[in-house]
Amino acid sequence: MKAVVTVTGKDKVGIISAASAECAKYGVNIIDISQSVLKEYFAMIMLVELDGLKVDFKSFAVGMEEMGKESGVDVRVMHEDIFNSMHRI
Amino acid sequence: MLNTQDILETIKMIREENLDIRTVTMGISLFDCISDDPARLEAKIYDKITTSAKRLVEVAEDLERTYGIPIVNKRISVTPISYVGAGLSPDGFVRLAHMLERAATTLGVNFIGGYSAHVQKGAIKGAEALVESIPQALAETEHICSSVNVATTKAGINMDAVKRMGEIIKETAYLTRERDSIGCAKLVVFANIPEDNPFMAGAVHGIGEPDTVINVGVSGPGVVAAAIKEAGDCDFSALADTVKKIAFKITRVGQLIAAEAARRLGVPYGIVDLSLAPTPAAGDSVAEILENMGLERCGTHGTTAALALLNDAVKKGGVMASSHVGGLSGAFIPVSEDRGMIEAVERGVLSLEKLEAMTAVCSVGLDMIAIPGDTPASTISGIIADEISIGVVNTKTTAVRVIPVWGKDVGESAEFGGLLGYAPIMPLRQDSCERFISRGGRIPAPIHSLKN
Repeated sequence: MKAVVTVTGKDKVGIISAASAECAKYGVNIIDISQSVLKEYFAMIMLVELDGLKVDFKSFAVGMEEMGKESGVDVRVMHEDIFNSMHRI
Repeated sequence: MLNTQDILETIKMIREENLDIRTVTMGISLFDCISDDPARLEAKIYDKITTSAKRLVEVAEDLERTYGIPIVNKRISVTPISYVGAGLSPDGFVRLAHMLERAATTLGVNFIGGYSAHVQKGAIKGAEALVESIPQALAETEHICSSVNVATTKAGINMDAVKRMGEIIKETAYLTRERDSIGCAKLVVFANIPEDNPFMAGAVHGIGEPDTVINVGVSGPGVVAAAIKEAGDCDFSALADTVKKIAFKITRVGQLIAAEAARRLGVPYGIVDLSLAPTPAAGDSVAEILENMGLERCGTHGTTAALALLNDAVKKGGVMASSHVGGLSGAFIPVSEDRGMIEAVERGVLSLEKLEAMTAVCSVGLDMIAIPGDTPASTISGIIADEISIGVVNTKTTAVRVIPVWGKDVGESAEFGGLLGYAPIMPLRQDSCERFISRGGRIPAPIHSLKN
């Protein structure tokens, strides 16, 4: 199963590092990553593979959200199928 | 990899534009619970519901977490209780309502719909007794929703039932007078009731449905309103295309959740209901969509045309996004549940007559409308007869959910709380229709019902 992790908020040093460290902690492999900075607004999108996930999905998602709160950014973890459903026929 | 813009668009729809799944509703047949012993009937119904829907709330909450989309309501619809308890007295039906309430509490669902009867051509004994029990049943329970189908295009209109429902609504208002007559918010009178509607108060599990089934109702007025705003001053073809595209996306989420909920619960997937369902929250209003199309305020001239365009485009966009479409499928215009509608009524722009015209081009009917508490029962029956006629003649579902707010009059408002919202009390015509309503009998089915 793959999920999309989105990290949005005000740009600051170390966001990517914090997010990828948190993924590694849970055994989550980052397949693809893209980021853009528009003015001061930061948006990072990671496609992650959850086959090696050491905890259940909920714990991983909550962990990532908590990490986001500590870093002052909004983090969401969502199954990739919601995006595939909405944007691909 | 997925396109960054697409991902951010989805996140924006959920976070800023109130995109959600309005309801995951499990339909449960109760025919196998029928017993001539009322105590055994009640016990079997409780067991069937609590066993079939044991994991409904848990699975829905898991889906919310996995896909990152709120699922606002988890509900149950059951076989119309008048069939299942056909031998019961009104008191027996009230006891059954309490049993359904216990099942709802045990499961943690938001509502159980199906405290219902079909009387379009006449009432079986069970339907008569159930209708008599409605005021008490709704006053003594919180989570039970009731509906009565008084007409179909095939059968015509049962005007005896229309007359009786005016009285039943008044009695329900009186018995729940301490809470702005909220019982009436859980009671809806239908023409051409659908058998697979996941929305309340009219959800029932029809007699041609499987033993259990999952139906999903989508939402998203805020998403459509935002898309129209962004489209700017385009012409009507472009406007319709904008709505179609966004409706497709909204419905695809509903389809995904419906299929996945059905898979995880091990029950068949039924339908996705393509409805735009507003809430009293800011930015979640059907009225706002119409105003973004260019109306200064919902209810002014042009409103019916704007709504007709919206309703049609939502269906066209949605129908390709889902393998099975059903239920009510259309834009809802419940006054108390839509901030824009409430404002339009308060400013005197949106009238009852305009709302009635609007129901000819959308689902569902005169919905969540507060009227003066001293309205005669015959006037309520007149409102029902008018609205039901629109459904019967136009071969569509229409319905009436009006609340004669006990002890209150025009200039005051009723507060229902939560998703039911609040409503300014609307003025009605003072001239009587009592002689018309008292005639009794049936209004014959329209000529175009004879299609065979």
